[in-house]
Amino acid sequence: MNARIVHIASNTFREAVRDRVLYNLIAFALLLSGAAIFVGQISIDIERLVVVNLGLTAVSLFGVVIAIFIGIGLVSKEIEKRTLYTVLSRPVRRWEFIIGKFFGLAGTLVVNTFFMAIGVFGALLYVAHKFAAPDALILVALYFIVLEFLIICSLALLFSSFSSPLLSAVFAFSLFVIGSFADDLRGFAALTHGFTRWVATGAAYLVPNFSALNVISAVAHQQSLGSQLILQNTIYALFYTAMALSGAILIFERRNLK
Amino acid sequence: MTSTQRTTIVATACLVVSMTACVLLLRHLDQIRPQATLEDVLYITSPKMVERASLGFDGLAACLYWTRTVQYFGHRHYNREKTYNELAPLLEITTALDPKMFPAYQFGASFLAPAPPNGAGEPDRAIRLMQFGIEHNPDNWQLYYDLGFVYYTELKDYKKAGEVFARGSVVPGAHPFMKLLAAQMAEHAGDFTTARLLWSATFESSNETNIKQNAIAHLRAIQVDEDITNLQAAVTRFGERTGRLPASISELVSAEHLPGVPADPDGNPYVLTPEGRVLVANPDDFPFITKGMPPGYKPSALPKFHTQS
Repeated sequence: MNARIVHIASNTFREAVRDRVLYNLIAFALLLSGAAIFVGQISIDIERLVVVNLGLTAVSLFGVVIAIFIGIGLVSKEIEKRTLYTVLSRPVRRWEFIIGKFFGLAGTLVVNTFFMAIGVFGALLYVAHKFAAPDALILVALYFIVLEFLIICSLALLFSSFSSPLLSAVFAFSLFVIGSFADDLRGFAALTHGFTRWVATGAAYLVPNFSALNVISAVAHQQSLGSQLILQNTIYALFYTAMALSGAILIFERRNLK
Repeated sequence: MTSTQRTTIVATACLVVSMTACVLLLRHLDQIRPQATLEDVLYITSPKMVERASLGFDGLAACLYWTRTVQYFGHRHYNREKTYNELAPLLEITTALDPKMFPAYQFGASFLAPAPPNGAGEPDRAIRLMQFGIEHNPDNWQLYYDLGFVYYTELKDYKKAGEVFARGSVVPGAHPFMKLLAAQMAEHAGDFTTARLLWSATFESSNETNIKQNAIAHLRAIQVDEDITNLQAAVTRFGERTGRLPASISELVSAEHLPGVPADPDGNPYVLTPEGRVLVANPDDFPFITKGMPPGYKPSALPKFHTQS
């Protein structure tokens, strides 16, 4: 990675930390410790299930919210503050700016996820008193969540490269919701005929498939995950991210910034 | 005192006073408003809809619905309510969201099947729930055990119970008592021995304290039912032999050559009424007994559970 991208990425990370993004960890810690302590008293026999389900769902949702709300402002804020002109007046290409911003935001989310993962394992140790071998599967679920963040970051950047922050947030969040139903969308497409089927199938494959990346329930029940699933999900997420980032670069390269 | 310090003190005081006032007012409002009926309301009854609304986080949604089910059942059971209208839909939503949530099947069937006030009195829904569980977890022998249990205890359908135990006994890793239970159902289904075997199996196969306590309560009740049956038979024999009823339990003991004054599992001697009925001294201590209760007896409190057999 070239030095310019690294600089932009580290500045984006620093800016996110300065914006007190990591404060969400406090809310996460309170949520998880509260659940770990109280759920045993109000439910039966699901302490471990709740800690894993709630922990991983919170990691995912907190991260998605951060990715969308920071991602949508990455380009527009720089234009608004006019800092983008200073950056681009130096020997920095537009695509380097986009890639740097992406890595900065992704890095913020990885750090955030790392601390949350410590919280999840801590809460698990509290309710189960010891770790078991299948608990390592939680790491796979966390890895898939990070892959999900990469896709959302790239989508937020894509929308941010041509739209206003508000609209970008709406688009990105809508795609997150639609992507959660990707399997159903393909099912609906299969029920249609002719041209409609082509369009519906195309749309179903175009939206990100977050349902394949969601293995929280399986991990909570300690079900093993095949290596092929891990490999193919990784490749899918990288290709989808590359696709969205390429779109963002293409648009941003042609955008009139005057 | 600086201006900032003054503002801080005043703002802190305002915050504390407002917060206290809000809490006190809410407590007052709760008293004057009619009782909230939220627990009786299920806004979305379709499991599919709830699954969609959970945005893929169906595991967490299942945990929330299961917790709500436990709270719903616990609250109504505590108040000795006779209806549990939302129990079956809550369980169906929970298991549709997470078909591998075993506590929902295991406890759910024991919430649904028994007649009120111990349960919802819906054994058919309990059977459907267990069948759904087996369909999605065919390699879990305990689900077969629980289904057979419902057939045995609630519907007294020993043939079906035997069939289910037999099906469960061939599941890899099934406990050996499954085969034994299947055989017992064919020949001695109504015996106290079979009932004792079933509840002992429940006690041994579960790690859950509540289930173990429930099994102990049932084993104690079986002991009482068996004692009362035997003693009542002794009273009948005594009457046939002497033409009168025994005057006391001691007279019955000596006439029937019993080893001592018969007592319940807590050590309290059984009581013989002038009408020749054998009763248990403290029926509230044995919530699941079917015999030995005074005429017109109604349980006065929640079942008492014992942690030791």
